[in-house]
Amino acid sequence: MEPIQLGRGDTEFIRKVEEESRQVVKKCYQCGNCTAGCPMSFSYDYTANQLMRLIQLGQRERVLKSRAVWMCVTCETCTTRCPNEIDVARVLDVCRHMARKAGYGGVFNNMRVFADSFLQTVRWNGKSHELGLMALFKMRAMKPFSDLSLAPSMLLKGKLPYLPHRIKGRSEVAGIFKRFSEQQLKELHAQTTDDKKPAGGDK
Amino acid sequence: MRIGVFICHCGSNIAGTVDVAQVAANAAKMPDVAFAVDTMYACSEPGQQAIEEAVKQHKLTGVVVASCSPRMHEPTFRRAVERAGLNRYMIEMANIREQVSWIGKDKEANTRKATDLVHMAVEKLRLNRVLIPKQIPVTRKVLVVGGGVAGIQAALDCAEGGMEVVMVEREPSIGGKMSKLDKTFPTIDCSSCVLGPKMVDVAQNDHIDLFTYSEVESITGYVGNFEVTIRKKAPYVDWEKCTGCGICTEKCPNKKSFDRHNEGMGTTTSINIPFPQAIPKKATINAATCRKLVDGKCGVCAKVCPSGAINYEQEDELVTVKVGAVVAATGYDFMDWTVYREYGAGRYKDVITSLQYERLLSASGPTEGHIKRPSDGKEPKNIVFIQCVGSRDVSIGRPYCSGFCCMYTAKQAILTKDHIPDSQSYVFYMDIRSPGKAYDEFTRRAQEEYGAQYLRGRVSTIVPLGDKLLVRGADTLAGQQVEIEADLVVLAVGGEAAHGAPQLAEKLRISYDSYGFFMEGHVKLKPVETNTAGVFLAGACQGLKDIPASVAQGSAAAAKALGLLSKDTLESDPQTASVDLKRCVGCGKCWNVCPFGAIREMDMRGQIKAEVLEAVCQGCGLCNATCPQGAIQLSHFTDNQVLAEVEALCRC
Repeated sequence: MEPIQLGRGDTEFIRKVEEESRQVVKKCYQCGNCTAGCPMSFSYDYTANQLMRLIQLGQRERVLKSRAVWMCVTCETCTTRCPNEIDVARVLDVCRHMARKAGYGGVFNNMRVFADSFLQTVRWNGKSHELGLMALFKMRAMKPFSDLSLAPSMLLKGKLPYLPHRIKGRSEVAGIFKRFSEQQLKELHAQTTDDKKPAGGDK
Repeated sequence: MRIGVFICHCGSNIAGTVDVAQVAANAAKMPDVAFAVDTMYACSEPGQQAIEEAVKQHKLTGVVVASCSPRMHEPTFRRAVERAGLNRYMIEMANIREQVSWIGKDKEANTRKATDLVHMAVEKLRLNRVLIPKQIPVTRKVLVVGGGVAGIQAALDCAEGGMEVVMVEREPSIGGKMSKLDKTFPTIDCSSCVLGPKMVDVAQNDHIDLFTYSEVESITGYVGNFEVTIRKKAPYVDWEKCTGCGICTEKCPNKKSFDRHNEGMGTTTSINIPFPQAIPKKATINAATCRKLVDGKCGVCAKVCPSGAINYEQEDELVTVKVGAVVAATGYDFMDWTVYREYGAGRYKDVITSLQYERLLSASGPTEGHIKRPSDGKEPKNIVFIQCVGSRDVSIGRPYCSGFCCMYTAKQAILTKDHIPDSQSYVFYMDIRSPGKAYDEFTRRAQEEYGAQYLRGRVSTIVPLGDKLLVRGADTLAGQQVEIEADLVVLAVGGEAAHGAPQLAEKLRISYDSYGFFMEGHVKLKPVETNTAGVFLAGACQGLKDIPASVAQGSAAAAKALGLLSKDTLESDPQTASVDLKRCVGCGKCWNVCPFGAIREMDMRGQIKAEVLEAVCQGCGLCNATCPQGAIQLSHFTDNQVLAEVEALCRC
């Protein structure tokens, strides 16, 4: 591992994380209680307390490129246990947003694709449609046969309805998506100059 | 009047952001000012000499020093002007450091504000009068509140110095928390073996009057002359007759009383002697569980007592004593750890506190020194210690470090290995805080010689797993979660201010912090004094500390009390209130607001008037501010003096 260049910590990154999460990351004294209770820790590359430490050190790239920010399920056990009352889950949430905006899909691109596919089904139906979501995701991720063995038993148990349950007020839900993409476009125009890697504009 | 004004640079503390030469030049033009100068350090020896010389040379009759807070150096400058032949109350201070230079960066504005403050001081000084303190006799007796190791040390040292001592302890025996410990760090010597002889000394010392199972009911008076009312709670046993034979405790049929001395690790009888080495070794009846006292049916102890000491009719007794000084040594308590729901909130029998574990380790404890876990009495093999339970935790309002848990946990890990050689201890810690003499070596020994596995991280959850407890925590050094199947979990519960500490502080008229710990006079330079003259602090009531520090502070408080009472008389502060009888209409507002009971009603030829008891008056000024007639005035802070300051400020 490359040594962390302490003098080159991204103070702007720390400020932004603190501002957007409304948390003071300096308060973390590294007791490790967030890590101790984290049910997703098995899948992390950095543990929760290590992520907090990297944020304190302004290690933007390491944090935003980490697997952990995507694996976090926002169960908020870390937030509940934190003796310093830091909303750790929220901090990670902010980092996840930053990673997405910065286009850091990387090897975890599928997670982005999954999120996008999920939102697409919500946009169409007003709520999630599992079969549609799976179909979309598998096609977009270009691995149509993965997990296929699970399908028969799920179908038998009625976990995968063929047709989506469409809700009343789908147009209102679609409206939310529309307004969001319009706002995104506006923001894009406003900051095309300083944005290194603009988001794909697909959300 | 001829006034001299001295503007202090305080190095660059004041001169850095205030134009001190300009302030001196401005001061020279103020009324009655005969001399004004700026000086590098007014409080230094040459600085004080310069003041003395100026007083003589310029025939000054009053001095203004513009420097720091009067709380810092007013006594210094009062002594300086006194040496120069002036009355010590003919000096005023303008605080241009804390109130000006330290809080503002604008030099011009600071200079203006400093000039204003000096002007106010000059105007007040012009109305100052010579005040002469009176000599008051003192009672050469010390009250020690609390019979833990700090209080014991303070009492013994005072008695050694020839002082009479009254010790008040609310439990039936002295000894405090230390009497519950098995061994002590860093030498692993037996707690009761080192404390026991001191407790016996207290009992046998002719100079010490011991009141156990008693509490301070009220306290009046002032330094040198306090009057203390002590409530002796009824033990329902005549302690004059009780010989401590213990027959009553053997025969008492109600054996299910909560055992306070054993922290609930066992049960005890309704009538009991808390522990074998108790001082005094007298029986006490727990009125809440005693069958005779609750429903009138029993009376076994009265039948078996060979000396006829049992008295179910006994009532609390109030005793009044006069003392000259007070040492508060009320110790601490443990916080209620059951707020930690992730540790079971008290539902799991095998999750215990460190003090409960101490009782399991102790040969005089409920298990006679064999470690048996509470649920099934089995000997535990895997023991998990969790540190910082209720310490350094902002989320439960305990941001401070308790200071002793790292050390006692290391000690308990060592003792565990001694008791059960095939056991394994796991210690979850955040930081190991062991800065005392031979302390860090001790925590290393726990790991290197005794094989305690130290894990850097907190524990997130404890869940029952069969007859074991699954402890899940983090090892942040390995960057991993860790799990241990524990037979017993010991929580290093943090300390907090003793129950009732704020109420006692109010009786003693001393300050306490937001956690209930008593405030010292100065955090570095007056660690055992309080802001109330004649009241001193010892031990954990001032802030959590371990045994060596408590003992040291006990001795320090004793030295202070001995020093104070080494003279036969004390000087009273002449800054007291006095009544202008012509103006007083006897409305009674003043004696109602006086917090010290220093004003009483008197009859003057059929008219009601107020009268100030000078010796009791503390000079707080509440009466002065309340009196609708302006009849009661506080010397040195009269209405005229305060208004002169206000006028100086408003006319600038």
